[in-house]
Amino acid sequence: MLETNIPSGPIEQKWENCRSHMMLVNPANRRKHKVIVVGSGLAGAAAAATLGQQGYPVHNFTFHDSPRRAHSIAAQGGINAAKNYRNDGDSIFRLFYDTVKGGDFRAREANVYRLAEISVNIIDQCVAQGVPFAREYGGLLDTRSFGGVQVQRTFYARGQTGQQLLLGAYQALEEQIAAGTVTMHTRCEMLDVVMVDGQARGIITRDLRTGAVQAHTADVVILATGGYGNVFYLSTNAMNSNTTAIWRAHKRGAFFGNPCFTQIHPTCIPRSSEHQSKLTLMSESLRNDGRVWVPKKKGETRKANQIPEDERDYFLERRYPSFGNLVPRDVASRAAKEVCDEGYGIGPNGTPGGLGVYLDFGAAIKRLGLEAIKERYGNLFEIYERITGEDAYKEPMRIYPAVHYTMGGLWVDYNLMTTIPGLFAGGEANFSDHGANRLGASALMQGLADGYFVLPATVPNYIASNKFKPVSETDAEFVQALEENKKWLQSLFDIKGERTPDSFHKQLGDIMWEYCGMARNAEGLTKAIKEIKDLKAEFWKNLKLIGKGEELNQSLEKANRIADFLELGILMCTDALERGESCGGHFRTESQTAEGEAMRNDEQFAYVSAWQWQGPDQPEKLFKDPLTFEHVHLTQRSYK
Amino acid sequence: MKFALKVWRQHDANAAGSFVDYEIDGITADMSFLEMIDALNEKLLLKGEDPITFEHDCREGICGSCGFLINGLAHGGQKATTVCQLAMRFFKDGDTIVLEPWRAAAFPIVRDLMVDRSAFDRIIQSGGYISVPTGGAPEASAILVGKDKADVAFDAAACIGCGACVAACPNTSAMLFTAAKMTHLNSLPQGQPQRDARTLGMITTMEQEGFGNCTNHGECEMVCPKEIPLEFIGKMNRDLIRAAMNGQTEANVRVDANGKMVD
Ligand SMILES: Cc1cc2nc3c(=O)[nH]c(=O)nc-3n(C[C@H](O)[C@H](O)[C@H](O)COP(=O)(O)OP(=O)(O)OC[C@H]3O[C@@H](n4cnc5c(N)ncnc54)[C@H](O)[C@@H]3O)c2cc1C
Ligand code: FES
Repeated sequence: MLETNIPSGPIEQKWENCRSHMMLVNPANRRKHKVIVVGSGLAGAAAAATLGQQGYPVHNFTFHDSPRRAHSIAAQGGINAAKNYRNDGDSIFRLFYDTVKGGDFRAREANVYRLAEISVNIIDQCVAQGVPFAREYGGLLDTRSFGGVQVQRTFYARGQTGQQLLLGAYQALEEQIAAGTVTMHTRCEMLDVVMVDGQARGIITRDLRTGAVQAHTADVVILATGGYGNVFYLSTNAMNSNTTAIWRAHKRGAFFGNPCFTQIHPTCIPRSSEHQSKLTLMSESLRNDGRVWVPKKKGETRKANQIPEDERDYFLERRYPSFGNLVPRDVASRAAKEVCDEGYGIGPNGTPGGLGVYLDFGAAIKRLGLEAIKERYGNLFEIYERITGEDAYKEPMRIYPAVHYTMGGLWVDYNLMTTIPGLFAGGEANFSDHGANRLGASALMQGLADGYFVLPATVPNYIASNKFKPVSETDAEFVQALEENKKWLQSLFDIKGERTPDSFHKQLGDIMWEYCGMARNAEGLTKAIKEIKDLKAEFWKNLKLIGKGEELNQSLEKANRIADFLELGILMCTDALERGESCGGHFRTESQTAEGEAMRNDEQFAYVSAWQWQGPDQPEKLFKDPLTFEHVHLTQRSYK
Repeated sequence: MKFALKVWRQHDANAAGSFVDYEIDGITADMSFLEMIDALNEKLLLKGEDPITFEHDCREGICGSCGFLINGLAHGGQKATTVCQLAMRFFKDGDTIVLEPWRAAAFPIVRDLMVDRSAFDRIIQSGGYISVPTGGAPEASAILVGKDKADVAFDAAACIGCGACVAACPNTSAMLFTAAKMTHLNSLPQGQPQRDARTLGMITTMEQEGFGNCTNHGECEMVCPKEIPLEFIGKMNRDLIRAAMNGQTEANVRVDANGKMVD
């Protein structure tokens, strides 16, 4: 049933062969095929600009006021590429290998290999656009190692790599807008996909300024709408990141891949109060020099600096002597949670029993000097002080894991097409490439690979190999979809209850974090599914909104997104319950080794789960997309 | 902590606006400024009043979405800080705080504290890019950029496009924004082929969009959350002279209705 369309042949030649045999569209015919791209982050802006350059009339949608504000802008650390400029043993194969292993063997080999291959072209493209990557004195590009990888393959632009890469793509996009090939629709939120004869032929949107609900036709629809980490309410994602675009596509028939695979990032500033609206990431690079510890004594009341060395538990170094503080994100996060659950954590101002662990630069400052640490991490220490009011040069930082990234997303084949013909998904919105855990600096790489190189090859192939009957916004399918969406929005107003959208979102987040966060088990997940169902029922009985749909209404925007998060939360817990193994960021307490490490079960679970919507309040149906490993041997990850 | 707020309320671009007074209690020092407004908005919604519309997204000072005047100062006047990064600990219990949107003809008000900054996108459309069709790029290591040049380019590229510079300027000039993008691209070897056309195109659009002139007040630099220096405006002016000397006078660069250069 699930056709992955992975090309035949040796892995090194699959992409090349595939591209060489793709059907092409005559330049004169391209302007007859309208393409809709939803999203203007790295994946969306890159795809829209490139398809525009090729001569397709592209319509690009974003709920932001400008494409430059997409969430990609916030990425700090860097972007991987197998350039091997350092001559330190890196290669396309090694990047491929690291990504498959880092993802705990739950990604497709063929896709990951292509990603590693394309990584080198991305850097070329971005440099030519003027992206100001860090440079050596001789003028060459600088690279660093990132996230515990043993080669220096991460390109970066100070702590603002995402910003600079996005501005590069944004500028390319603006050039196409000026050239008239791309039509930009800002402050315009997609609500639905419109299907005609089984193909995606357009979308329904809401203009956030006026509230007008409109239909748009196209021959192809690409969703590059980012991740859904905000289902947890608190995350490092931007406040407006949401699941609506992919969720509505899911409800129209696109399968959802690995929904439960969530990445929890170990180095975030701990939560401080119940008013908190989002969590702030502190770049992972901090773990290169900072040492993570908690007091050995429970209920320790002394300040960090007064606790002598031998009364500190450097728990990552103790548990993982060979990788120490640089173990992958999922491993580091879980270890921090465990020590805090046991009562060794530290709260604000060193209060015992809190949710936080120390990240200590004392030793590094002694070894390298204060200036060197300032040079490396100055901006991060500043962010920390601004938020917490504490000076991390004098006392250790406090960190705690936070939801950061979703590996799951719409299921796609090798061509990045979903199970709906003509509907493609790129960037964080699809499930591909990262398996059960994403390596640092690989999301930017994937977003740009999808946007600049994969979609601009596979979308034209789809156009060339299909027939498109003419459609118009006045066709029955569009009129009906338009009416359904107007009704849906009105139904939110009609509830006339007593609770604000945010109050539901917070409660959903608490349930998800408690039962579908860093550690999961059958009992908790079963409970969570019931609680979310109840919450969803209450939402539809007791939501309060004011104003109307035909105006700028930020409460309506929230409620519309939260309605989808509630349904997605149920699917995530269902998927987490079904996957009875531990792998990557998905830790089932029932499946661990004697030492408490994650235990995969390849006999039973070496597949991508792909879920099909069965209608409102119906259990979804699971399809399995089996994974085979020919180039990377299945091994239990060990960072001991 | 407790605060008295005076907030500019305006339903849409064409409606009349006015200040409305609110009181908010129970604010803690570690809350951010926007979390304080979130708390107020929750109360307003429960009372059946329209919450205050404001733009925001990343809440970590990088997306450039947020921004309004706090007591007359763009982003509240803390050094190198956007509104979303401003903590309530910088305010005194009992303070009265006045909130208004950016005030500039080129940034029409959308609603309450939200304005339309699309004029910035149109300035970028007029040359704020380097033309490289995807796939046509040379090997990255073939382009050498000295660290000094790379650093200047980066300092300029750090602009987040929030519009504080325009809001702070008595003339509502967009010179700092425009000069930042120009300095970024014009400093790099990759940016040289389109340098003169870029300079003229961006400046022409900036003027057409209704931004004012620069008369060297320097307010823009003071409020810029990314500390973009005023000297970039000097560089821009030098680039303009350079472009004119090279024969690319404004007269022979035609700009169409969308601000796109036509050659
Ligand atoms: C704090 C932080 C730091 C990170 N650092 C790194 C790093 O150092 N390296 C790395 O590789 N990765 C990093 N990541 C991950 C990476 O930034 C993201 O995964 C990636 O940028 C996602 O890009 P995208 O193009 O898929 O989506 P996004 O950038 O999220 O863009 C989504 C777009 O879709 C639009 N959109 C969404 N829904 C709709 C709708 N319904 N209608 C209309 N428009 C819609 C939005 O307006 C936006 O334009 C980081 C993430 C975070 C949170
Ligand atoms: S919300 Fe992004 S800069 Fe303030």
